[in-house]
Amino acid sequence: MSVLVVIECANGEVKKSSLEAASYGSKVAAATGTSATAVAIGDVQADALTSLGEQGISRVLLDNDSRLHNFVPSAYVKVIAKAAEQENSSVIILSNSNIGAAIGSRLAVKLGGSLATNVVSLPQINGSSFTVRRGVFSGKAFSDVELTSDKKIIAVKKNAVEIETTAGGTATVENFSADLSDADFATAPKETIKQSGDILLTEAEVVVSGGRGLKGPENWHLIENLAKALGAATACSKPVADVGWRPHHEHVGQTGITVSPNLYIGVGISGAIQHLAGVNSSKVIVVINKDPEAPFFKAADYGIVGDATEVVPKLIEAAKALDK
Amino acid sequence: MKILVCISNVPDTTTKITFSPDGKTFNTAGVQFVINPYDEYALTRAIELKEAHGGSVTVLNVGEADTEPNIRKALAIGADDAIRVNLKPTDAYLVSQQIAYYAKEGGFDLILMGRESIDYNGYQVHGMVGELLGIPTVAPAIKLDVNGSTATLEREIEGGKEIIEAPLPLVVSAQQPMAEPRIPNMRGIMTARTKPLKVVDPVGQDAKTSVQNYELPPAKSGVKLIPAESAGDLIKLLRNEAKVL
Ligand SMILES: Cc1cc2nc3c(=O)[nH]c(=O)nc-3n(C[C@H](O)[C@H](O)[C@H](O)COP(=O)(O)OP(=O)(O)OC[C@H]3O[C@@H](n4cnc5c(N)ncnc54)[C@H](O)[C@@H]3O)c2cc1C
Repeated sequence: MSVLVVIECANGEVKKSSLEAASYGSKVAAATGTSATAVAIGDVQADALTSLGEQGISRVLLDNDSRLHNFVPSAYVKVIAKAAEQENSSVIILSNSNIGAAIGSRLAVKLGGSLATNVVSLPQINGSSFTVRRGVFSGKAFSDVELTSDKKIIAVKKNAVEIETTAGGTATVENFSADLSDADFATAPKETIKQSGDILLTEAEVVVSGGRGLKGPENWHLIENLAKALGAATACSKPVADVGWRPHHEHVGQTGITVSPNLYIGVGISGAIQHLAGVNSSKVIVVINKDPEAPFFKAADYGIVGDATEVVPKLIEAAKALDK
Repeated sequence: MKILVCISNVPDTTTKITFSPDGKTFNTAGVQFVINPYDEYALTRAIELKEAHGGSVTVLNVGEADTEPNIRKALAIGADDAIRVNLKPTDAYLVSQQIAYYAKEGGFDLILMGRESIDYNGYQVHGMVGELLGIPTVAPAIKLDVNGSTATLEREIEGGKEIIEAPLPLVVSAQQPMAEPRIPNMRGIMTARTKPLKVVDPVGQDAKTSVQNYELPPAKSGVKLIPAESAGDLIKLLRNEAKVL
């Protein structure tokens, strides 16, 4: 029995959400009297992985087949399944990213295991019962779910667990290969189109988001400049994306992206229940709206009743004055 | 081209979620159920593909008889026929097993569904169905076209998108803006009444998870308002009091 953590890498580095998954996995290992091993896939160098020891990982299996630098679900699943078999892993930890969740479901079937996505807590282990808490109803509630198969696969929601760091810990990195064939890459992407320069919305600690109250794309510099001053990612409400003021991949909410940053600043957004569904697990919510009756104020921790065009420039000025 | 669209029956997006006092069950009293919004994107795109290339669209729902109004709605929007697997959908694997079985039986070229349901938010069924059938899954797709036996898709990735060509048969999960959902018209509603809706028995009852209870998040303690004139103070509070900057 062991715990296996799946590490996602991009641009040579371990993603922050994977550091969270590693911390989570180490705690599960400690609670069950076993050790946590990681399997790393993607574009990364071995030396970027040794510091996973600081999150309590003892060994990292690295598959650096260059064909894995793009995400190909069937190939990733094969690599992880082989690592899980080799390590005799009974608990497998992923991050609840597009990638993690897409692999989790295929892996669960391949290994005959139970899967919980969107997990926000460490497991409650009681004899043979193993239960985790997960977000349901688009963030409007939680449910405690028992994973009843021998093998348990958990996708941990971003920002739901702290990254534990023990300075000086080092993990040993071992080469690993799952002997992939061309057939495993049948759905390899032909082309990748990256947004350049932006902070990834799904990984961001701070998100500045604009709604229809911004009146038009010509006012978006207010959102962009505040985001720049705070080192934040930008987002928007659904109607803003629907009319084309902003691209659809920025739309947060029930039918868009779910975010859980430390700080979410909503400017000129009414706070309809479908918008809240995608943002209400943010740690701190700030609302700027000229209507004191806007429903978003009910979900907010801090608020300013005022016109965005007057309030936001003051915020930008104050944010620039912060020593970083 | 034979397309299967899987739809789930979920509480309307504006529903205020409540549970029984012991936290064991979701209160459905007074709740209106709708087709899962993500599934509507899948359904609309399937109908558009049928209109462009010919073929048929079958909708499948795993659910008890109370889901039939939404199955009829899918038929009114333009699906040709429907299957309801008579089972309460309590676990993603349980549901996937049913879909995979009937998808194989019907010999579908394309199996389309939403990225996730807005009630259990599992984000699991598409991958499970793909793995059970031994065919690829592309999730979440924001664009889907078909040319002969090849699909061209755009998949959303963190920080961008990818263009993928994949062979049919294929499982695809849909996300906005794959298609603009349609509202059924009178003619659609009338013809939906006569379209076949087959009720079938579940195949196996193999669940891998079990919900123990539900809980609502703690209520917010109330908003702290900062006067607009001194908006800059907010930034200081966020750093010194909330400690998020
Ligand atoms: C099935 C379904 C799914 C949906 N999914 C989503 C989703 O994922 N995400 C989402 O966001 N929405 C979603 N919606 C839409 C949602 O119901 C709301 O319509 C939407 O969130 C409203 O966006 P908004 O707040 O930007 O615009 P509005 O509702 O138009 O609100 C604009 C706000 O700006 C304020 N304002 C105006 N001028 C100023 C100013 N100068 N300064 C400051 N404030 C100002 C107004 O007081 C108002 O509160 C969905 C709806 C449905 C039916």
